[in-house]
Amino acid sequence: MSVNDAAAVLPAAEGGALPPLRVWLRFTTAASLWFAAAAVTTLWPDLDDWERTGAFASLLAAVGGLLLLAVPLLALLRPGGGRPGTALDRLNDSIPWLVVLAAGLTAWQILTAKLGILPRPFFAPPQALLEVYLDDWPRLLDCLAASLGLLVSGYAIGSAIGIVTGVAIGWSRTVGYWVHPVLRLIGPLPATAWLPIAFFAFPSSWSASVFLIALAAGVPATILTWSGVASVNSAYYDIARTLGASPRFLVLKVAVPAAMPHVFVGLFMGLGSAFAVLVVAEMLGVKSGIGWYLQWAQGWAAYGNMYAALLVMALVCSGLVTLLFRVRDRLLAWQKGMLKW
Amino acid sequence: MVAMELASTTPGAVGMTIDVQGVDHRFDLDGAPLPVLEGVDLRVEPGEMVALLGPSGCGKSTLLRLIAGLEPPSRGRILADGTPIRGPEPSRVVVFQDPTLYPWRTVRGNVALGLEAQGLLRTQGHRIDAALALVGLTGFANAYPHQLSGGMAQRAALARALVNDPRLLILDEPLGKLDSLTRLTMQSELVSLWQRAGFTGLLVTHDIEEALFMATRVIVFSPRPARVTADLPIDRPYPRHRGDPVLTELRHHILELLGLAETW
Repeated sequence: MSVNDAAAVLPAAEGGALPPLRVWLRFTTAASLWFAAAAVTTLWPDLDDWERTGAFASLLAAVGGLLLLAVPLLALLRPGGGRPGTALDRLNDSIPWLVVLAAGLTAWQILTAKLGILPRPFFAPPQALLEVYLDDWPRLLDCLAASLGLLVSGYAIGSAIGIVTGVAIGWSRTVGYWVHPVLRLIGPLPATAWLPIAFFAFPSSWSASVFLIALAAGVPATILTWSGVASVNSAYYDIARTLGASPRFLVLKVAVPAAMPHVFVGLFMGLGSAFAVLVVAEMLGVKSGIGWYLQWAQGWAAYGNMYAALLVMALVCSGLVTLLFRVRDRLLAWQKGMLKW
Repeated sequence: MVAMELASTTPGAVGMTIDVQGVDHRFDLDGAPLPVLEGVDLRVEPGEMVALLGPSGCGKSTLLRLIAGLEPPSRGRILADGTPIRGPEPSRVVVFQDPTLYPWRTVRGNVALGLEAQGLLRTQGHRIDAALALVGLTGFANAYPHQLSGGMAQRAALARALVNDPRLLILDEPLGKLDSLTRLTMQSELVSLWQRAGFTGLLVTHDIEEALFMATRVIVFSPRPARVTADLPIDRPYPRHRGDPVLTELRHHILELLGLAETW
């Protein structure tokens, strides 16, 4: 029985209590900082005319308002029973971050839009980013879809081939004999080194990029899967053999699941390399995608667009890594002491 | 109980006869041959529980691996019911010193292993619950191995072996890593399992008392390379009592055979 279950059994004891004064105070402090940021943004005149200064101020004020309303709202949504405000607790945990974020946004605002201390146009004010999201979102969305399509295709192909190759090398001496030297020669070479050949040899820059991403993702998947299969406790095989297991069973039901923790390390490393290759490929060859957008924005000195795209990319990459870790947590729930992402 | 239930579905003798005939075995250690077994002759009758005793590293466990069919002997032959052993087979199941449960499978998944490997899971799945009940793990079917205590993990390993309804159960120091209290309990449990199911048992142990408490015969081996130095029938009824003076006398005798009499 977990702690949560225990709490569910005793609702009356804790659930009914209103959040203590200290929690109110924390939320109010954070809210007032967001209101202050909104005030600075709207009341202090900009050096230049940015179209979305007003909208940005409203956004800041909205966050402040939500923070102010969060405590009574969340208390109302779960009146009395249930688990005492897990949402509220989580929000309460992030109050320090929300305070720092408000202060940071204010500082950014003052240094760029208000005083112009940071050199323009390289440093865009936050309202310039907002402007991009509000006005250029169709193009950003298009680019995002193109990037994801490319990344997912290359990553899926590379990982699948990598895992199969890794198992084959770990399992068969013959395959190991032939593939191992090739892997040693090609593996350490950065996938981007193939760029000139790939764009020349493949029919389209898209297929060339898929190849490069697959290569970047496939090498770590191969090596880690191989090492996973090679390090399987030989007693696992003995057990399965005495119980009547066929070689097929030994590979699929013993070697592969036992190697899974290693495989996921390989998939994680491969995902990082895939991001790098994706951006480079899009900057150099493919005529769409976030990497292309970055390049394009820089070419037009549209630094607001560049930062906006960079932020989107950071969120997407982080989201994909989180997704991978979630999948791992589901599949490897049997492992003890896993790293929480 | 699963073993009895299954025993009735497979007519004929449950226990297997094992014939070890002039077996030599060597390991290849960096090119230098290391003899581990030398001229071992041994016959185990159906339904016997034979304990193999000997100094640490003498080669008893190697003999078990040969009987399980995990390795072929360097010389000589081993017959199971008169047929030479060519490889592992689910009628001869090993329980190792380490439970070696698959950590990615639940207890149920581990016990299901043999049925799954033989393609019997769909038709014979009910045997899993029976095997779990037999070792007292009914409530733990969905637990993962890292959640089990040492004794529970070894019980799960035992269930994984018994679900296959073995005719020979090979026990390679199965209780060696358990605390002494769990160990005493499980000795009695193993004896009653064996008595009910009627399989032939082969037990490697370092514990003279364990051998005398459980076995119908105790075979004493010399230091490596292992040769049989004594073959002692233990003609005492079950359930045995640890304080039995006959067993105490035998214990003294075995200590003498192992060259440890001065500790008596």
